[in-house]
Amino acid sequence: MSLAHKGRWITMVGLVCLAGVYVRALAFTPVERLQGPAQKIFYLHVPAALWTEAAMILVGLAGIFYLFLKDPRLDRFAAASAEVGTVFAIIVLTTGPIWGKPIWGTWWTWDARLTSTLFLFFLYVGYLLVRGAVRDPGVRARYAAVLGICGLCLVPFIHLSVFLFRTLHPQPIIVKPSAPSLPGSMLATWLFSLVAFSLLYVGFVTQRYAVGDTDHA
Amino acid sequence: MLSAEGLRHTFGEGRGQVVALDDVSFTLTSGQTLAIFGPNGAGKTTLLKVLAGLIRPQAGSVRIAGGRRAIGWIGHETHLYEHLTVRENLLFWASLYGMPAPRRGPRAAEVLGRLGLGDRADRPVWSLSRGLAQRASIAKALIHDPSVLLLDEPFTGLDLAAAAELRVLLGELRGRGAGGGGRVLVLATHNVDEGVELATDVAFQRRGRFVHLAPLGGRGPSEIAEAYRRAVEQRTGGVTDG
Amino acid sequence: MGEVLAQAWAVARKDLVLEFRTRTALVSAVVFAALVLTVFNFGRDPTAVPTIDLAPTILWVTFTFAAMLAMNRAFQLELENQALEGLLASPLSRTGLYWGKLVANLVFVAVVEAVGLPLFVLFFDVPVGRVLAPLVGVIALATLGFVAVGTLFSALVMRTRFAELLLVVILLPFLVPPLIGAVQVTARLFGGRPLSESVGYLKLLAAYDIVFVSLASFLFRFTVDE
Repeated sequence: MSLAHKGRWITMVGLVCLAGVYVRALAFTPVERLQGPAQKIFYLHVPAALWTEAAMILVGLAGIFYLFLKDPRLDRFAAASAEVGTVFAIIVLTTGPIWGKPIWGTWWTWDARLTSTLFLFFLYVGYLLVRGAVRDPGVRARYAAVLGICGLCLVPFIHLSVFLFRTLHPQPIIVKPSAPSLPGSMLATWLFSLVAFSLLYVGFVTQRYAVGDTDHA
Repeated sequence: MLSAEGLRHTFGEGRGQVVALDDVSFTLTSGQTLAIFGPNGAGKTTLLKVLAGLIRPQAGSVRIAGGRRAIGWIGHETHLYEHLTVRENLLFWASLYGMPAPRRGPRAAEVLGRLGLGDRADRPVWSLSRGLAQRASIAKALIHDPSVLLLDEPFTGLDLAAAAELRVLLGELRGRGAGGGGRVLVLATHNVDEGVELATDVAFQRRGRFVHLAPLGGRGPSEIAEAYRRAVEQRTGGVTDG
Repeated sequence: MGEVLAQAWAVARKDLVLEFRTRTALVSAVVFAALVLTVFNFGRDPTAVPTIDLAPTILWVTFTFAAMLAMNRAFQLELENQALEGLLASPLSRTGLYWGKLVANLVFVAVVEAVGLPLFVLFFDVPVGRVLAPLVGVIALATLGFVAVGTLFSALVMRTRFAELLLVVILLPFLVPPLIGAVQVTARLFGGRPLSESVGYLKLLAAYDIVFVSLASFLFRFTVDE
């Protein structure tokens, strides 16, 4: 089975899981008391946000390894990861306002968490623009690695500045030092969704990587 | 002394891959001038850049007695800052080569005098003609008294008089090197007539392949040109130019 | 180390001599800063928002935008007659080259800021007298960080088409942490709050400087070497 086929299968499984998540979220998970049905979007929003960031971190790590090993496969992976990260950032930036309208009463707020995803999105766009602007594959890979590593180091700073800035956003309720303060059934649904998004990330990246492979064959 | 061993370098990957250097090896000692002939895109500039340490080759190695400090690089671009005077340019490059400050001024004056630029030393580079700028560029390359001179298409853009003058100058430089000994000159050009007078050795380069014919012997330009054609056909399996 | 610093100084001095001789970029950046300040003055409703609330934002948007003009210049001037090729063939260390460019950029931006700050005080009537020393400190701290990143990125984009535009786009996300930090500290200074309230942001700015100056010093060689 070719790499592209594998990627297509993983994506398919991921999509089925995502459908499962929403069946579970709508039918079997309790409605949140304060936020009402709008909270359901959270199962899409938060895993996408996590993977937006994880994809950037992987782009940076691939960049570090590329500079030392000079293996073009690492660069192809970084490119794939950046494109998928961009798509996930768009998901976050669309679902955020959909949730925000009923809850905050406005489509867009300069809430720090949403803003930091917006900046990650700009970072991805800049990264992909630089890739598009350089023709020689070796130079492109080097430039992309440098920019990716800088992006990796920027992520904690975006978080720090966001943390210091006062925020309207619901505080993180799953990943925090104390035990998760989410009812068990919601947590289960959410974890299921995280698995679905992980599969989608792997599936998309594998397919994109395979396309890059045939480009250069 | 300059030696290259098994140099290989490619650009691009997949179908678009271009082999710029394909197993290039040679050794030159002081007083020798190697003229590398080849059509545009043959990999001559890549070879010079590898020798100068600007490109790290994918395989092979370059050894130069004295290392990077021993190289003087003369490209078809002058590497000069247009809004600095000739002297300021020279002083700047001298400082990059770690020359102590008190020695830079006298050294710059000496080089400028030798190249006949003494009266133009304090004019900004933008006010010089192409030929004079080229001479200033050679002065810049000589400021640290290099024992190896790399020249990439130095005759491009010069009129006949300036080109003849440059040939005389390069002939002088070959003889008078660091510490009185001769210099090693490596000259890349697409025009056989331009370099053949100066050369003690010639090499032909095409599609990364390198044929070293040493020494020159008593052959004239037309014989060299003929040898060039034969060498190219032989090494590329009958593929002709163009 | 001593040699790297000497080389860096040689590069910085050469850049500054070139800059002060032609002055095109410097004058453009200063005029640009003055224009942005003027536009801000007409682009707000003085009866609705008190100047003092908007002042830190105005100051920092002006500084960062003007600084971006400066950073494009750093490597563009090395493309003239392919001087960069000569630099790379010389024994100049890559770190020395980066630091030289960084110092020249910092001096350049400092000049723009030194002209911009009095104009800002004049136009917006902000009392900076009593907080001048800490304000200059914050300006220095924030400027170092984003100029360090900008200098690296200007080397990255110098040979691409639309280099100026691309630099702005890739630099923008990296301006966010220093910009947020600088605006917050400046707002507290103008509001007469004690410096102790800004410690978090000052630490953020300092950490950003340390991380990105070292990172850029290390990564720079990969933008110029083939």
